[in-house]
Amino acid sequence: MRLVLAEDHALLRAGLIQLLEAHGFTILHAVDNAADLAEALLDPEAEAAVVDVRLPPTQTDEGLTAAITVRTARPGFPVMVLSQYVEQLYARELLASGEGAIGYLLKDRVSDVAEFVDGVRRVAAGGTVLDPEVVATVMARSPEQPVDRLSPRERDVLALMAEGRSNAGIAASLVISEKAVAKHINSIFAKLDLPIGEDDHRRVRAVLAWLHL
Amino acid sequence: MTAYAAAQLALAVPALVLFILNAVAGVFAVIVVGIPVLLLTIPATRWIADQHRSMAGRVLGTPIPRQYRPPRSGGALARLAGWASDPMTWRDQAWILAATTLGFALALTSVLLLVLVVTGALWWFGIEPIMRARCAMDRWFLSYGHAEVLEQRVQVLTETRAETLDHAAAELRRVERDLHDGAQARLVALSMTLGMADSMLESDPEKARRLVSEARATTTAAIGDLRSVVRGIHPPVLADRGLGGAIEALALDMSIPVEVTNRVGGRPPDPIESAVYFAVAECLANVVRHSGAGHAWITLTHAEGVLSAIVGDDGRGGADPQAGTGMLGVMRRLAAFDGTMRVSSPAGGPTVVTLEVPCALSSPKTMPSSEPA
Repeated sequence: MRLVLAEDHALLRAGLIQLLEAHGFTILHAVDNAADLAEALLDPEAEAAVVDVRLPPTQTDEGLTAAITVRTARPGFPVMVLSQYVEQLYARELLASGEGAIGYLLKDRVSDVAEFVDGVRRVAAGGTVLDPEVVATVMARSPEQPVDRLSPRERDVLALMAEGRSNAGIAASLVISEKAVAKHINSIFAKLDLPIGEDDHRRVRAVLAWLHL
Repeated sequence: MTAYAAAQLALAVPALVLFILNAVAGVFAVIVVGIPVLLLTIPATRWIADQHRSMAGRVLGTPIPRQYRPPRSGGALARLAGWASDPMTWRDQAWILAATTLGFALALTSVLLLVLVVTGALWWFGIEPIMRARCAMDRWFLSYGHAEVLEQRVQVLTETRAETLDHAAAELRRVERDLHDGAQARLVALSMTLGMADSMLESDPEKARRLVSEARATTTAAIGDLRSVVRGIHPPVLADRGLGGAIEALALDMSIPVEVTNRVGGRPPDPIESAVYFAVAECLANVVRHSGAGHAWITLTHAEGVLSAIVGDDGRGGADPQAGTGMLGVMRRLAAFDGTMRVSSPAGGPTVVTLEVPCALSSPKTMPSSEPA
């Protein structure tokens, strides 16, 4: 898997390169500013990108803009966006930039290497990966909604589904069997009146739509 | 113009009555009886003075500002003390004396000139100078002169500067405390955990591994603490997207639907953006905490050199801006920029908070269009 990496802090960039290469990714271009990122994303060899939201020159949301732009030019191009802080507003904009193949994570999630690498792989495979903090804000702001009808465990499962986890991922995270996860999911979909989708991607979309994200 | 003169004549009698009531009640306020009377007569006096201000303003061609000090918070006594310390209250009193004597004579002349048919021609030519004289007199009493305006401006600036410094110092203390109790404490724990792991690396690798993973969790928590401190100082989304975008982001995180309409074309100066952002955040927090509203709206506009943010909700109303420390902090912060906050919150709602700050906008930047949250 050939990646474009954009991160302006030299230390973090070196760390990310090391980490991703150790897990079988090839870093095609590693850039530290918005102009170089735009150019690197034109490379037809690139298969996915990992970008920081804040980049020179203005240190605001260049990375986000670049992610949305490349996905307009190359629909479905997988981009994992990293940031020191997460905003629901930005999550919405990223989700609106095309079907799947999008990730939005806090930068410090990188410290859980296995989880982070798995996230990049899922995004590259067309999946959606959302930071638990975004999902938590969205879940918290719907107090009177039918979320109340879910059991605490079902709410955990719903949150993990919204983060884009697979059944296996949810089972590992909650230390329960995949069978138990499937049972919870059936119950959630029945309670929330959602159509049960066959594949994970469509399931994330359905859950996020239900949560109004 | 003669109609104004007639109105001035008609209002002279109640004005005189109010003057006497004010004077007598003012004396009797010492033994409490006068207080309830003053609570009625002072606002009535101000109303009459306001009528004359607007009449004189129209006759003279330049509006006469209403320059009363903002009412003091607290009970009836605090309000009375506020009125007593406002020089304009005393000017009103002096004005009544002038308006019921010399002013009355001028206004009477205007009316009589019209009524007496013989002097119709005199009325035609004389009304203008007479009424201008009368209104100039009203203006002299009912508004401050140039030097007084400057004097008061200095006083306001001195007060707001002191408040701003206090506020800044308090903010710094809060940041210091947050860092000290949060990230700093966690980093100390982190270094301890890593030290222990280091010393156990050979003797007990399993235990060392557990300590390292504990250290990682502590790091995550420390980063989380830093993130929340940063948000409290200057929300990153404000730097990224400016006031409109930051408020949209804020609205999205609320537990009730908040509709944001942004009609501000450019960017206000950074400190003002920040003050208005935190003011709106405080208003929204109050909406969610106290109003029981099912829906709220925010409108941002900039017109005639004034940036306004209006935060409304369909809740139960009855909000008292003096009740919490939060809103007082907002007012102080806005006051540093000559900004104001007005709250309209009748029982039963709706509550509408209007924040206004005079400021210029920098180069109009294209903003993402507003959309309901």
